Amino acid sequence: MVATLQMNHVSKTFKNNQDHVHVLDDLNFSVKNGEFISIIGPSGCGKSTLLKLIAGLDLDYEGEIIVGGQEVHAPSKDRGFIFQEHRLFPWLTVEKNIAGNLSLKNQEIRQKVDELLTLVNLKGFEKAYPRQLSGGMSQRVAIARALLRNPEVLLLDEPFGALDAFTRSHLQEALLDIWEKNQTTMMLVTHDIDEAVFLSTKVVVMNAKPGRVKAIVPIDLPYPRNRTGRSFQEFRTLILKHLDHQVEEVEDWSI
Amino acid sequence: MSISTQTIIQNKGLSLKKKKAHSGRGKIAFRALLIPAFVFILWQGLGSAGILPAQLFSSPFLIIASFIELVQSGELAEHLQISLTRAFLGFTLGGFFGLFIGIIVGMNKKSENYLNPTIQMLRTIPLLVLTPLFIMWFGFGELSKVLLIALGTFFPIYLQTFLGIRNVDQKLYDVAQILEYSRLEKITKLMIPAALPNILLGIRLGLSTAWMCLVVAELLGADQGVGFMIQDARSFMQTDIVFVGIIIFALAGKISDSIVRFLENRLLKWQDSFKA
Repeated sequence: MVATLQMNHVSKTFKNNQDHVHVLDDLNFSVKNGEFISIIGPSGCGKSTLLKLIAGLDLDYEGEIIVGGQEVHAPSKDRGFIFQEHRLFPWLTVEKNIAGNLSLKNQEIRQKVDELLTLVNLKGFEKAYPRQLSGGMSQRVAIARALLRNPEVLLLDEPFGALDAFTRSHLQEALLDIWEKNQTTMMLVTHDIDEAVFLSTKVVVMNAKPGRVKAIVPIDLPYPRNRTGRSFQEFRTLILKHLDHQVEEVEDWSI
Repeated sequence: MSISTQTIIQNKGLSLKKKKAHSGRGKIAFRALLIPAFVFILWQGLGSAGILPAQLFSSPFLIIASFIELVQSGELAEHLQISLTRAFLGFTLGGFFGLFIGIIVGMNKKSENYLNPTIQMLRTIPLLVLTPLFIMWFGFGELSKVLLIALGTFFPIYLQTFLGIRNVDQKLYDVAQILEYSRLEKITKLMIPAALPNILLGIRLGLSTAWMCLVVAELLGADQGVGFMIQDARSFMQTDIVFVGIIIFALAGKISDSIVRFLENRLLKWQDSFKA
């Protein structure tokens, strides 16, 4: 399979007057077409920064990020982005938010938007404004908006972090459905181990200060996964160990 | 049992709400008209009783009578048409430039560095001080008046547009970047809608300065227009006509403001703001 996404020696430093904060240090990994990657790590490990670099929202870094054979040097709709907050335009209705700068008068767009509304289970809310929606519904609109552009990669920055447990697990299942149907490569940043194991084909565990890849854990469990199953718990424990170990390290280092 | 109590409470709440909505409009109108009606009656009463000197304060009925007379003679319509044309031209001109330059300066840091300090400096000049200068430069004709109104309109609209654009959420801008909005789309589909609450506020403020500038321009040097009508009536001590003019300006201001508020309600219905 072709690598959709390739990171070569990617480093990122935040420069704040005299202060230099080294956030990402020499990241090297590749993501294959159609994979579901989760990036997990303690806060401050630069996982969200990494997504921004891939999205092209932040171009100030060292190294090389190649998506679909081309180096990233601007944001693109080929790399869809779902943020922690829904980031819908409050002055647009649900359907117009999904369409964005594309016209709903275009028959093809209209049809695709309708299909997506069904996919994210929001039929009947086309004309609602974001203020009338719950957090979970808004996030589903954001997902539909990204999917309309047929992205090669969907970057998800803790998209379900602010939602209640019930909505979260519902959306996780919806996301899996979409992934299986569309074969979109997914890259999810999360701090929820359960979520990572439930969804991904591979979990990238990161270190903090500076952010480095600590381990890559392939999860070779069949879908749909049973959260309470034994092998599920084993993967959970394995990732937890990687993360725990790192906490100790940080403590040692700080003493 | 608890369920039935709950439904009763809910039904009660519903019927209360309905009642409120039903009588709401009449009540609101009543509240709004109470103070003017009181003033009207008091004024007429004091005038008829001879306590208020008729020459200085006229009286509501006299004012209405001379209003009807002015309408019938066509004099008022003529003056009003000229004033409205001036206000419209000036406001459109100033509003257009305010919006246009506000967007440019808001979108682009470099143009802010070039333009904003100068505009802010000019803004501090009291507008009315410029009137004599404008008359000297552009004469007693229409140009000086229209330009004065345009200038008065320009500043609030410029300022609010600029402010509105700078208040656009960077997070939404990121989204527009990712969805590959073109530069024009970023302006028309992100910046302007997001800045619309500010822009509409600017338009309301601009309208009130426009009316003010119109009055000043017409009082200081004009041979037509509602302001001139007032000035002319003053020199003949026709207080009733002065009052008619004042009321016309008040109405014009109120109507134009109501139009913008109506637009606000229509265009900003997406806003999730506190409505007491």
